[in-house]
Amino acid sequence: MSDRTRASDQEEQRLEHQTDEGAQALARRSEVVSGGPWPENDETMIINMGPQHPSTHGVLRVMLELDGETILRSKPVIGYLHTGMEKTGEELTYVQGATNVTRMDYLAPLSNELVFSMAVERLLDLEIPPRAVWIRMMLVELQRMASHLLFQATNGMDVGAVSMMVYGWRERELTLRFLETITGLRMNHNFIRPGGVAADLPDGWRADLDELCTLVERGVRDYSALLSENPIFLERLVGIGTITTEEAIARGITGPILRATGFPWDLRKAQPYLAYDDVDFDVVYGSHGDCYDRFNIRLNEILQSVNIVRQCADGLPAGDYRVQDRKVTPPPRARIDESMEALIHHFKLFTEGFRVPAGETYVAIESPRGEIGCYLVADGTGKPVRLHIRGPSFYNLQGIEPMTSGALISDAVATISSIDPIMGEADR
Amino acid sequence: MTRLANPFPGGDPLFNHGLDLTVIGFVIVKTLIVFGLLLVSVLLYIWFMRKVIADMQNRIGPDQAGPFGILQTLADGIKLFFKEHSTPARADRPVYLLAPFVSALAAFLAFAIVPFGGIARLGTHTTFLQLADPPVGVLWLLAMSGIGVYGVMLAGWSSGSKYPLLGSVRASAQVLSYEAAMGLSIVGVLVHTGTLSTRGIVLQQTWQNWHSFVSQWLWLPAIGAFVIFLIAATAETNHPPFDFSEAEEELAGGYHIEYGGIRFAIFYLAEFMNMITMSAIAVTLFLGGPSGPKLGFLNQGGWVNVWIVPVFWFLLKLWVVLYATVWLRASLPRLRYDLLMDLGWKVLIEAAFLWAMVTGVIVVGQDQHWNLWIVTPAAAVAALLVYGFLMMCVPGKRELEDIR
Repeated sequence: MSDRTRASDQEEQRLEHQTDEGAQALARRSEVVSGGPWPENDETMIINMGPQHPSTHGVLRVMLELDGETILRSKPVIGYLHTGMEKTGEELTYVQGATNVTRMDYLAPLSNELVFSMAVERLLDLEIPPRAVWIRMMLVELQRMASHLLFQATNGMDVGAVSMMVYGWRERELTLRFLETITGLRMNHNFIRPGGVAADLPDGWRADLDELCTLVERGVRDYSALLSENPIFLERLVGIGTITTEEAIARGITGPILRATGFPWDLRKAQPYLAYDDVDFDVVYGSHGDCYDRFNIRLNEILQSVNIVRQCADGLPAGDYRVQDRKVTPPPRARIDESMEALIHHFKLFTEGFRVPAGETYVAIESPRGEIGCYLVADGTGKPVRLHIRGPSFYNLQGIEPMTSGALISDAVATISSIDPIMGEADR
Repeated sequence: MTRLANPFPGGDPLFNHGLDLTVIGFVIVKTLIVFGLLLVSVLLYIWFMRKVIADMQNRIGPDQAGPFGILQTLADGIKLFFKEHSTPARADRPVYLLAPFVSALAAFLAFAIVPFGGIARLGTHTTFLQLADPPVGVLWLLAMSGIGVYGVMLAGWSSGSKYPLLGSVRASAQVLSYEAAMGLSIVGVLVHTGTLSTRGIVLQQTWQNWHSFVSQWLWLPAIGAFVIFLIAATAETNHPPFDFSEAEEELAGGYHIEYGGIRFAIFYLAEFMNMITMSAIAVTLFLGGPSGPKLGFLNQGGWVNVWIVPVFWFLLKLWVVLYATVWLRASLPRLRYDLLMDLGWKVLIEAAFLWAMVTGVIVVGQDQHWNLWIVTPAAAVAALLVYGFLMMCVPGKRELEDIR
């Protein structure tokens, strides 16, 4: 065998190994340009759902191999929203870090901030004042409400109930408006920071909160009346996109999807953080692991969150809203004009941040989508060596393949919707 | 109901005295008026739909173009007219360019048989307020709505792309299964009226007194057929919750993905023309068309009572039905494609068939003076037995899996 043949053999083998299952070869240039005939004798058709498709929630791309309308194989392709936030995190100080991670899961930014701040605080071995803990708990529960309300909207729209979309957005908008009065921003708040929260609650927040809770509860009742027993809605969701507990755990799926399979796993109960020990709430779980259970779990979790938010508001302790350690949190604005020391602290904090002792840690909390984790490695300088976020959407998306095989295109849409993926978090 | 005598057994009296230039002129003017009426209705309907849905969804809806945004559709149409048109490289060009016009033409032609008023007298000529009254009236409707789907099917097939292809396959399968149910539900009406002509059907439902609403209008005597017709017509016009061939969230627009500019606008127009036509047919077949109480204080034969009042009643009923379609669009999720096929083949066709049989027995029984208290239950039981037998022939889910 000549060298040349061997080389081309190797080349061929290499190509064979690179072409993985479900991949699709490009059509020949001549065919594309001339608009040549479709390949004949093809029993199946491969279509790309996304990255530009109305119901793939941003830029998810799912390759579907179809026989008629029945899905034989499906394969999620991600990476269209990759922004390198984890790498960026290594270049930012711990003070700036919360600003960075808040953009990952853009529907639950406060959860991202919380998990990052808790990781930093654990490395610093910092005790947070109780008022800050309770404010944080209230905020992430409001965030869970907002995220699940948006899920109600998009889920309704994806099965064709367009009015549901507007109703869901309406209540979510109220929630965001309330968050805006507290944090100053609707999204990407950068409000939960290492050492506490950025500011105390504003005047009159309690009345606004009570009104919001009433309106959201009324909204949830409306959704339930509109959809929960609608026969068409049931036909579209019951028994669709099922997954078993074993499969879900094997794939690292968490959150409402895991709970829908009948496994009541919620980090708020399983590994209580913040002050979840001190509030009274139920973990909602299903039994069928289908789209309808996921819909129903999220609907009920909104009510549980409203419940927790009320308890937070009632039990909110007095005191500081952040640690009074000037190495970690900035001094009050007024002190800067009077105190040289305060000015120096302020300057140092916002130029080079604070130093975190060397070590590594992993902190996990329950975000609206499941277990969001922050793995942080520090080397004693002002910037992390490695920042990794375990985005639940990334793991949950792996459920697409078992959930959709043998289903129809319409079911795939309902399933993707019920996974509720946020591509910003899956790709990071 | 009692069968009434037809005062116009020979069809449209316009043609009674032969064909001359005046008559042809009349026909041309009538065509233009009907076409204009339909176009204006579409403009108004789209505006109405957007406003009503906006109201149901706590929004304002279009409010910029004209008073209350009433010219919004016109503005959209003008914008689309001036947009660039492109043809995909893989498209089958002639078919691709022709498809929207097939849709629109069929939608318009189907409207031709709708009687939207009573009788008009101009000089020595008398004519129906209706473009055409062929003796095969209702069959014309079925033919045209069958042709209409060719536009959708050809558009999807000729676009040379995958999503439109799926949309067009869905559309053709859907129409195939609903044409039959719709035809059979219309039989339930024809048994009562004894004529295929739409004018004849409307004349059978003439308003005599308040009792006519339930005894003479066919929606109650043919209630089963009415329900089946409404479902089948909704499916036939690709209206939500049965809009599978477009299915924004699944096929991202379906058959018209590759279309832009004026051709897209024509598809849009055809879709809404179909909806108006089907609503008008529902009014004609089941709700008495233009019949309704006349203004008692005016001369019964005066122009207001002969010209205006019937047209008013027709439009009122039409917009009530159209409002119902908007309501469906705003409130219901989309059904799944295979469930719709199940509904069509396993339920609606059988139900329409059996309804026609039972109605036939009742009508014959009335003619022959049989005892209806015995005949009607007997016919109903027989129909249910037939239905049960048919259902036994349909393989269940488990059997289907065994076959596979």
